[in-house]
Amino acid sequence: MGTQKSGTPGRGDGRRVDPPDVPGGAPASLLEPAAVGDLLRILREQGYRTIGPTLQDEAIVYDEIEGLGDLPAGLTDRQQPGEYRIEERSDDALFGYNLGPRSWKQYFFPPSLRLFAARRAGRGFEIEPPDADPPALALIGIRPCEIAGLDVQARVFTGGGHVDPWFAAARERAFLVAVQCAQAAATCFCGSMSTGPRAERGFDLALTELLDEGEHRFLVEPGSARGREVLAVLHPTPAGPAERARAEAATRRAESQLSRSVDGEGLPELLEAALEHPRWAEVAERCLSCANCTMVCPTCFCHTVEEVNDLSGERTERWRRWDSCFSGEHAYIHGGDLRPSTRGRYRQWLTHKFGTWHAQFGSSGCVGCGRCIAWCPVGIDVTEELAALRVGSDRAETAETEEAT
Amino acid sequence: MNDSPAPPKLKVAVWKFASCDGCQLSLLDCEDELLPVAETIEIAHFLEASRAVAPGPYDLSLVEGSITTPQDVERIRELRAQSKLLVTIGACASAGGIQALKNFARVEDYLRVVYATPEYVETLATSEPISAHVRVDFELQGCPIDKGQLLEIVLAYANGREPRVPRHCVCVECKRAGQVCVMVASGTPCLGPVTQAGCGALCPRWSRGCYGCFGPMPGANAEGLDERLAMLGSDPRERRRLFSTFYANAPAFRDRHAQGRADEESS
Repeated sequence: MGTQKSGTPGRGDGRRVDPPDVPGGAPASLLEPAAVGDLLRILREQGYRTIGPTLQDEAIVYDEIEGLGDLPAGLTDRQQPGEYRIEERSDDALFGYNLGPRSWKQYFFPPSLRLFAARRAGRGFEIEPPDADPPALALIGIRPCEIAGLDVQARVFTGGGHVDPWFAAARERAFLVAVQCAQAAATCFCGSMSTGPRAERGFDLALTELLDEGEHRFLVEPGSARGREVLAVLHPTPAGPAERARAEAATRRAESQLSRSVDGEGLPELLEAALEHPRWAEVAERCLSCANCTMVCPTCFCHTVEEVNDLSGERTERWRRWDSCFSGEHAYIHGGDLRPSTRGRYRQWLTHKFGTWHAQFGSSGCVGCGRCIAWCPVGIDVTEELAALRVGSDRAETAETEEAT
Repeated sequence: MNDSPAPPKLKVAVWKFASCDGCQLSLLDCEDELLPVAETIEIAHFLEASRAVAPGPYDLSLVEGSITTPQDVERIRELRAQSKLLVTIGACASAGGIQALKNFARVEDYLRVVYATPEYVETLATSEPISAHVRVDFELQGCPIDKGQLLEIVLAYANGREPRVPRHCVCVECKRAGQVCVMVASGTPCLGPVTQAGCGALCPRWSRGCYGCFGPMPGANAEGLDERLAMLGSDPRERRRLFSTFYANAPAFRDRHAQGRADEESS
């Protein structure tokens, strides 16, 4: 399973994603639920490893799936700050959940990656060839905010002068089967980050699961030439205006369920001016500096690089591993840790994510998926923290203005 | 390297104080690595492995166990004087161990319960970490320690570099392994967010909460976690017991079970 075949799709075609044919989606068609199984089979036959949602250890996570039976049919999740629970749905929806703890970044920016190995040779050393190329992945069920997250990380890993070869190759080869959101978790805030609940681009195929009034079908929109080719093999039936309207209604329902938001207006400037805000000390009393928020974040990219040598000292390997601005080692430079306090670490994370990220990478570092809220063991809510920083800062600004006048 | 003489081997000694021997067994447990290790270092004193002992001084002393008798106090000072580097291995040597529970009770009561003739027993009222008595160069945490980390310590010093042992919490190991958080997804009390990594998130990977056998990570916010556990419905007794195991005497955990005891008494 998952073995690399020659002639891997996407390799070297120099094309990431086609622009959509028509804004708002190409001609849509309809598929029965069983056709999702056919889609998985076809993609696997074409050499893709199919990665999608599946139930594991009390959560719906992304892992390799082989067929329809691996999907979390009839299951959903209920989320609150610091809390995630699986629940049963009243229907057989295949994609009726929200988001789980694992983001797709695990496949583009692996938690541990061997960069190369070296062997002692006389007075010097020889570099061993790097590991095999990343496999071609089909991402089944990527959500709109997650496509945005992948784009944010693409700017980090491939947007500058030094392109990360693993990320670039994995991204180019990936086949994206998006699933448009028809519901929102209590932790979601994609609406205010303009990343969802509907994706207009960035996918090869986009599915909307139509579930109302006993219906169970998928509206399918192709987003690329690759997507159209795969879709043609499935022989879909054309969708009419009624089905399109139901898909739009599903999006509106998800939108109406969004209960959290971030006010992005002037946020980088506000954060820059709020570095001594008392809120940082308050959140530090609750924050465990455990790094969970950064590990589940689809855009956090901090890592550490380690040399691992064997007992004889003849061979060494260089490994890249996920790290976090919440760990003491991450900010350790010669002689000490430059961010020893949790207050300083939380401030670094939030001001980078929502503030300085703009200057560094040209966008916010947040896509509003809400994972950091749900998977924080003590339930710290970024939207609440940002709102608190804004209120205090407004007051400070007003006080300054009053003083000046 | 081939044309330069081999560097002198690191002269290593292994010592035991109040402990179960599990940590020094980790060294013997390095089955596949044992022969190459033996080529890198000279084992000068390791009674669990060999009766042959060489006199000091030693380059590296690995010290297991806590200080619980007046004789221990004398002996650790002597060992410190004989050792260029002194590394504690395990919860006992680094924090006092499970036997430090006596620090929070009357030792006479325990003596009467356990021993038929308590007057033969000469013991201190407390179980203390090695660092309470002598300078320690490195504290390797765990109950028991991880053999991979032990090898890293020995190899690092044999190669004249600093050991690389993570100081982050167990959560990082869980997330790198793709493990679902047992606290968030099941409400299971877990010390992972305040416990130093090194075990490979062993318990959470078997859907159990972490019970802190690698001790508090540096800067652990055990109070913040304790408050959250209370919010999730964990009662004072359960929380007190969670913090009073192998690292009961580590300050971050000690404060919590002391608080828990006070809460229980007031409720």
